[in-house]
Amino acid sequence: MNLTGLDQLWVYLSGNPLVSLLATLVAFYLATHLHRLAGHSTFAHPVLVAIALLIGFLLLTGIDYASYFEGAQFIHFLLGPATVALAIPLFDHRERVRRMLVPILVACLAGIVTAVSSTLGIALLMGAQPEVLLSLAPRSVTSPIAMGIAEQIGGIPSLAAALVLLTGSIGCTLGPWIFRWLRIEDPSVKGFTMGLAAHGFGTAYCFASVGAMAGAFAGLAMGLTGMLTAFVLPAIVALFGV
Amino acid sequence: MPLIVGMSVLLGCQFIGELLVRALSLPVPGPVMGMVVLLVALMVNGRVPSALRTAGEGLLRYLTLLFVPAGVGIMSHFGLIGEDLGILAVTLVVSTGLTLAVTAKVLDVLAKRRWGGGDS
Repeated sequence: MNLTGLDQLWVYLSGNPLVSLLATLVAFYLATHLHRLAGHSTFAHPVLVAIALLIGFLLLTGIDYASYFEGAQFIHFLLGPATVALAIPLFDHRERVRRMLVPILVACLAGIVTAVSSTLGIALLMGAQPEVLLSLAPRSVTSPIAMGIAEQIGGIPSLAAALVLLTGSIGCTLGPWIFRWLRIEDPSVKGFTMGLAAHGFGTAYCFASVGAMAGAFAGLAMGLTGMLTAFVLPAIVALFGV
Repeated sequence: MPLIVGMSVLLGCQFIGELLVRALSLPVPGPVMGMVVLLVALMVNGRVPSALRTAGEGLLRYLTLLFVPAGVGIMSHFGLIGEDLGILAVTLVVSTGLTLAVTAKVLDVLAKRRWGGGDS
């Protein structure tokens, strides 16, 4: 095949969903391995690495984001049913929730209000732009829900997704240090806190480093926080007059 | 077949969720409402049908993969992020720290008061 032939083939392929889909899966696979090589560091989380790899790939090949997304939207679409599926772990923990209903609800609301108002407050004081501010607001909620919320209140969903991932990494780094400082020993408290503040990252961290009990509570907190934030956040944003 | 049945249930709940959000003009994403719909349905049903569990837990296992496409979209916002880089860094670190501390303290105090040390 001569050079023009290759060129034409590439033009055909790069406009085809196949390349984006394949690149996304391969990048994720490579990222998972890199994460293991990096000793499971939270800053080398597979999602962050996969995103970095894909951005590098797109910049190198000159494919723009819109054409990439045309293919990748098939993966993206599954976020909807995955969000719905979060009801399953929530249902599995219903007994535990019923027993600790009041403390859990109070702590969950306190955490959400702290997360949203400190985020908006600090960013407002420092003069963030409105779109950035609205994308920051849902940052402690698991990505699929955060993206839905950001879109709903006028932020940028993809920026929100990236900020959520960074929040997860930061939460996993700060968490153990803060628990030591506040002398928190109860694993269910640790788990719930990590799940609330650092969503899926916190949950994975708890299963790996604290224990199954903490992991279950983290998963519970993640689902509950996502659901409550979706209802509470628009009100808080309106209160700040953004 | 279980995968198809399970997926149909999940997509069906999402669909009902979207309808409810539009009909009642709720400020909530459709899939979140769908999650509430599914939770209520599970409470009524009393257990998770195995087909639904297969599909749902399969999706949740790869949840991290699912937000890669949207995360790549950050490349369209490098300008915006660059301008507000300092703000973003300070906000994320300080606010995450505060959230962790407040949540842990509140739940710890409440759990101790109720059960003298939590139930774990």
